[in-house]
Amino acid sequence: MAADQETVDRVRSIDVDAYKYGFISPIESDLAPKGLSEDTVRFISQKKGEPEWLLDWRLEAFRRWETMEEPNWARVSHPPIDYQDIYYFAAPKTGTAPKSLDEIDPELLRTYAKLGIPLVEQEILAGVERPRVAVDAVFDSVSIATTFKAELAKAGVIFCSFSDAVRNHPDLVRRYLGTVVPITDNFYATLNSAVFSDGSFVYVPPGVRCPMELSTYFRINEKNTGQFERTLIIADRGSYVSYLEGCTAPKRDENQLHAAVVELITLDDAEIKYSTVQNWYPGDSQGRGGIYNFVTKRGDCRGARSKISWTQVETGSAITWKYPSCILRGEASRGEFYSIAISNGHQQVDSGTKMIHLGRNTTSRIISKGVAAGKSQNTYRGQVSAHRLATGARNFTNCDSLLIGSECGAHTVPYIEAKNASAVIEHEATTSKVSEDQLFYCLQRGLSAEEATALIVNGFVRDVLQQLPMEFAVEAQKLISISLEGSVG
Amino acid sequence: MLEIKSLSVSIEDKQILDNLSLTVNAGEVAAIMGPNGSGKSTLAYVLAGKPAYEVRAGEILLDGENLLELKPTERALRGLFLAFQYPTEIPGVAAMTFLKAALNAQRRARGENDLTTPDFMRRVREAAQALKIDQEMLRRPLNVGFSGGEKKRFEVLQMALLAPRVGVLDETDSGLDIDALRIVAEGVNALRDPKRAFLVITHYQRLLDYIRPDVVHVMARGRIVATGGPELALELERNGYRDYAEEAA
Repeated sequence: MAADQETVDRVRSIDVDAYKYGFISPIESDLAPKGLSEDTVRFISQKKGEPEWLLDWRLEAFRRWETMEEPNWARVSHPPIDYQDIYYFAAPKTGTAPKSLDEIDPELLRTYAKLGIPLVEQEILAGVERPRVAVDAVFDSVSIATTFKAELAKAGVIFCSFSDAVRNHPDLVRRYLGTVVPITDNFYATLNSAVFSDGSFVYVPPGVRCPMELSTYFRINEKNTGQFERTLIIADRGSYVSYLEGCTAPKRDENQLHAAVVELITLDDAEIKYSTVQNWYPGDSQGRGGIYNFVTKRGDCRGARSKISWTQVETGSAITWKYPSCILRGEASRGEFYSIAISNGHQQVDSGTKMIHLGRNTTSRIISKGVAAGKSQNTYRGQVSAHRLATGARNFTNCDSLLIGSECGAHTVPYIEAKNASAVIEHEATTSKVSEDQLFYCLQRGLSAEEATALIVNGFVRDVLQQLPMEFAVEAQKLISISLEGSVG
Repeated sequence: MLEIKSLSVSIEDKQILDNLSLTVNAGEVAAIMGPNGSGKSTLAYVLAGKPAYEVRAGEILLDGENLLELKPTERALRGLFLAFQYPTEIPGVAAMTFLKAALNAQRRARGENDLTTPDFMRRVREAAQALKIDQEMLRRPLNVGFSGGEKKRFEVLQMALLAPRVGVLDETDSGLDIDALRIVAEGVNALRDPKRAFLVITHYQRLLDYIRPDVVHVMARGRIVATGGPELALELERNGYRDYAEEAA
């Protein structure tokens, strides 16, 4: 209830067409030369002081990428992207990696404070009440700080920047990198493999329940840069971790590319809960600017009885192309996908999931809530397949779409494939409009049209919001209200 | 307090209200009775500003201000409350959440602070007890799966908490058994106040046994065709609407 109140407060306090996170921080940065070539790849690898094997891995990806073409099956359209007109690496100029928060550029810390990220662990140590969330913040291409490192280490959990992981845990990285999303996977994932700059790495040892939520905040600051982060999370036997990522970017007239890769691996009886609140700049009311969010996220339930759960709240980006998926390899493993995708203005969303049932008695559940307003297009695209050996596989899918206004579109594209006769796959889908009667009822009680819409939409997405950790659910509710601004006339 | 002057309204080119005039004074409970299709519910919706109705002529003044120039939200904030005949379902939004949002929206419009959660809960608990609404119902999504009686009681609960200047009750008795009717009527009676007016729209006299009106208006063919005291309602109960329907024709 408090959350709903905050939603309404937020709606009241904002100006129309105001993207709250659209500030630019005046930080000098260290750029790679513009454009993409083998030299760019070598530059990035060298900047990061990477071992030979990783450079080779990147180069192999780059050569593969040169032979590939952009996918065009999604229901999105955009002018051709000039991959030579992008900076592939931008690091804030602070010299070598900071060793503690004191060494970080205060301007960076101010940026994160503006974003509301609890980066400053001293406050917590000083007794200030805050949610227990360990944060890794990625600013353009470099991971800035990882809080709570020591406390996590006590539990044996490794949570660090990807670069640190390459330096300090090369065996783990080498063993798992690219095993879920291979470098040949798809155009954007291959591009990422060649030029990824930083990201987060998590390893939870056998039997450990990670003592706090882990979180990464991504922010694109530099002009004309792409952001290509890479996240790798491994939950060893019988372990559990909950991970959250949040994303923002400044307002800019040009489109910026974000092509991330996330790989999750669960071994026997392990569980990963991965939540995303994506709020990249969506472009202005005319559809100018905004982030192209072309992301590959996949989890591999490698072990028996393991579980991977994706929860996403997608409100930002000019274009979203994203299908967090689960490969259900281990016997009786389980995949879940809970999604809220909200589009307004000229945003285009093509998002969904894949549940690939390979093992026996694997189960999956998909709950997708799409809300389209303005002139936006919102597509759910999903694939559920039960392979030959997936005896007893079960899936339940529920896709609901809500339309606000008459100029937007909602589309549902489910692919269902069962090669095992015992598989049970259920699919439910509804499309509805925010009804005049519902709106009028709210208005009659004194709510404004925007408050009423936010209330109705929050009700519509409630099942999924409940899947988010508490403090992020509140954040997500605010975002939903903000992103629906101007959707009722 | 509420003055309706020569109001003509149509929907999709069909005239529903025809030069209707009506005055309700502060402290008064005015009943509007009439046969089906006489325009009673249209009057309720037009007062609240529901889209789709076309007002062709006339004025609706609340304390001298023309409501027709105000949006539905603004009318609500001026103190006009409509208890719906068919309250709308809003899935996923708890009745309690809705109550709080509405109450705080109205408080803010008056320049007051939001209620604190304990204060809000205390008020809701008291008002809900009087209407025999249990807390469990308030945690359920708004009107979803509510019985007819629950819906109507929740309308009256909202009215009690929002404390309007004018309460319009559109067939609040429909779908209620006798016990629920009594509870709802007592809820309305408790809100009677020298500064507040009620417009009680009903098809049957039954409700008026419990909410005793000061004035009874008979509506037929989109206008008021007779006005009298409570005895007029009893007469209608005996003789039906036929006389008035013919008179208006």
